[in-house]
Amino acid sequence: MHETKTALTRRGALALAGAALGSGAITGFPTIWAQNIKDVTLRQIGTGVSGLNPIAEQVKKDLGFTLQLTVTDTDAVAQRAATQARSFDIADIEYFSIKKVYPTGAVQPIDTTRIKLIDKLVPIFTTGKLTPDSQMGQGTSPFSVGFVDSRDAKSFAGKRTELMTLLPTIYNADTLGIRPDLVGRPISHWKDLMDPAFKGRASILNIPGIGIMDAAMVAESAGVVKYGDKGNMTREEIDKTIAFLIEAKRAGQFRAFWKTFDESVNLMASGEVVIQSMWSPAVAAVRSRGIPCTYQPLAEGYRAWGSGLGVMRHVSGLQLDAAYEYLNWYLSGWAGAFLNRQGYYSAVLETAKQNMSENEWGYWMEGKPATAPILSPDGREMEKAGAVRDGGAFAERMGRVVCWNSVMDQDRYMVQKWNEFIAA
Amino acid sequence: MSRWMPWLQAAPLALVLAVFLVVPMAMLVVVSFYDYDSFSLIPDFVLTNYREVFSSWVTWQTYLKTLWFAGLTWAITLLLGFWLAYFLAFVVRDPTWRMLLFVLTTVPFWTSNLIRMIAWIPFLGRNGILNNTLIGLGAIDRPLEFLLFSDFAVILAFVHLYTLFMVVPVFNTMMRIDHRLLEAARDAGAGFWQTLWCVILPLCKPGIGIGSIFVVVLVMGDFATVRLMSGGQSASVGLMISNQIGLMQYPAAAANAVVLLAMVLLLVAAMLRAIDIRKEL
Repeated sequence: MHETKTALTRRGALALAGAALGSGAITGFPTIWAQNIKDVTLRQIGTGVSGLNPIAEQVKKDLGFTLQLTVTDTDAVAQRAATQARSFDIADIEYFSIKKVYPTGAVQPIDTTRIKLIDKLVPIFTTGKLTPDSQMGQGTSPFSVGFVDSRDAKSFAGKRTELMTLLPTIYNADTLGIRPDLVGRPISHWKDLMDPAFKGRASILNIPGIGIMDAAMVAESAGVVKYGDKGNMTREEIDKTIAFLIEAKRAGQFRAFWKTFDESVNLMASGEVVIQSMWSPAVAAVRSRGIPCTYQPLAEGYRAWGSGLGVMRHVSGLQLDAAYEYLNWYLSGWAGAFLNRQGYYSAVLETAKQNMSENEWGYWMEGKPATAPILSPDGREMEKAGAVRDGGAFAERMGRVVCWNSVMDQDRYMVQKWNEFIAA
Repeated sequence: MSRWMPWLQAAPLALVLAVFLVVPMAMLVVVSFYDYDSFSLIPDFVLTNYREVFSSWVTWQTYLKTLWFAGLTWAITLLLGFWLAYFLAFVVRDPTWRMLLFVLTTVPFWTSNLIRMIAWIPFLGRNGILNNTLIGLGAIDRPLEFLLFSDFAVILAFVHLYTLFMVVPVFNTMMRIDHRLLEAARDAGAGFWQTLWCVILPLCKPGIGIGSIFVVVLVMGDFATVRLMSGGQSASVGLMISNQIGLMQYPAAAANAVVLLAMVLLLVAAMLRAIDIRKEL
């Protein structure tokens, strides 16, 4: 009790000091607060995808303040952001979650004039399109929920403004992971997940907003359902998709459903499952155990996701300054390179490139064969020289995104039906 | 002054119960009538949440499944627990040994629930220790798939986790049985089974009652075991509530919690009617 009290008063004092000194910063003495910024702690909540200790260590080294990480699953991040916003300062959250969370007022918009590299962001986040003539992709794309018109707006602008809901940090194109040694045939379509040959050896992820999209890719590929917009299904489309899933479940197609990264790795590595929804670094984790695993590009294209950093509404003064420092630092290269090396993509490519070797950049981003062994961030060999990334170059993978993880208008209905599938 | 003393003495407990039991329960009931959308709770008085609980075949099925888990686990833990307690109380004669063996039954409780559960996964898996051993011995030629991610695995984990909750109270009541009663039974010509049925079992009823309440309440409210051991393929009411909380559907979760609470209270009331646990305590 005593400790809590001290911490509270100290934070209160810091905020006051920050407010007083923040005004000083505007008049041109930014170095004043550089002295006490070391006392700032930013509490961040996120998923295991990017809630990584090396990032916190580097923040301490480069910026001087403490980044305290809490890691939990996708749904729990959204839930805590919406309901316990004051228990942390930064939300590392997915775009489809922010569609739910932002309207609760828990997150404050980010003033893009304070983000130095704002114009260097990958255009997916600023125009919605990777290249001027590429498709936007169905579902909750980062662009559609990336901007707001005013500080108090509860709905999204749908166009570029000066206020961002999240600062994009990390994104990827997802597909199915397979065990090439155990599937026994080439896998080329999403519908292969439902091939009776893999009865009892398939899995799909049990996070409704993501799982429904994988299911839709499968159902569309199998020709069972035709969607107007996979990212915003009608009730009828949801019914058909869930019926399709329940039928497969009853026939014993699925071995298990997974909810966390580690579960997916264990299912695949232990051979319980040979084909399943998977995330890129999970594939890498299986491979680094010496077990073959492929992140299989499929004819229908990829399902993409993106997440970013949101600043909670209560953050102000010195702490807010520290938060902007942190946001700018995230785009400045080290973090981008760190994430790219795990198979994700960083929001600003240029600076990440400067922090990666030519071999690394060639392998991860350009789809070139590795000229030397590719090492994981903790120094283990992930790939031997000559290996090529599954799916190839950045433009090839992100360019073939057909849908994004979503929150639909019929969200409540979809979740209810999804629960029926899990309970069936 | 003295008139207020009893009130004052009862006040701390009343306060604790009010703050940590009555208020949260009242909140739960209130929220269960709220409306909600994907963004927020809407304070209101609607019956949709309850209508969704009772009108959906999935919830009915889930409730039945949860009862089935509870019933089966209860039957198995009762059988195991009773004989374990019997062995400790009547077969082991030396008090030191008895204490030692009793402590031994609690050993699994020295690690966390979750770890005890997860330990089963590499053991029961398709390429797990059990399957590999059986194949190695030539007992089976294909891995047994039902061992993991199935209802079998769920029940196994429940039994593993909760048998002790049955053993302890039953053992406790057995230790209080006056051995002269058993001698009298034997002198009167009762055999082993007759003594068990007519003397020991009736005298153990309070212990069995307490153990049953523990096991049934724990299984009814569980979500982690069902999710982990069934690989997310089976549902229980607890898991359903946990999913709804995860998706920020608090009113729906609250409505389910209220229904579950009512159901568990009814079950416990029924058990208390059948067995007077205060007797012998």
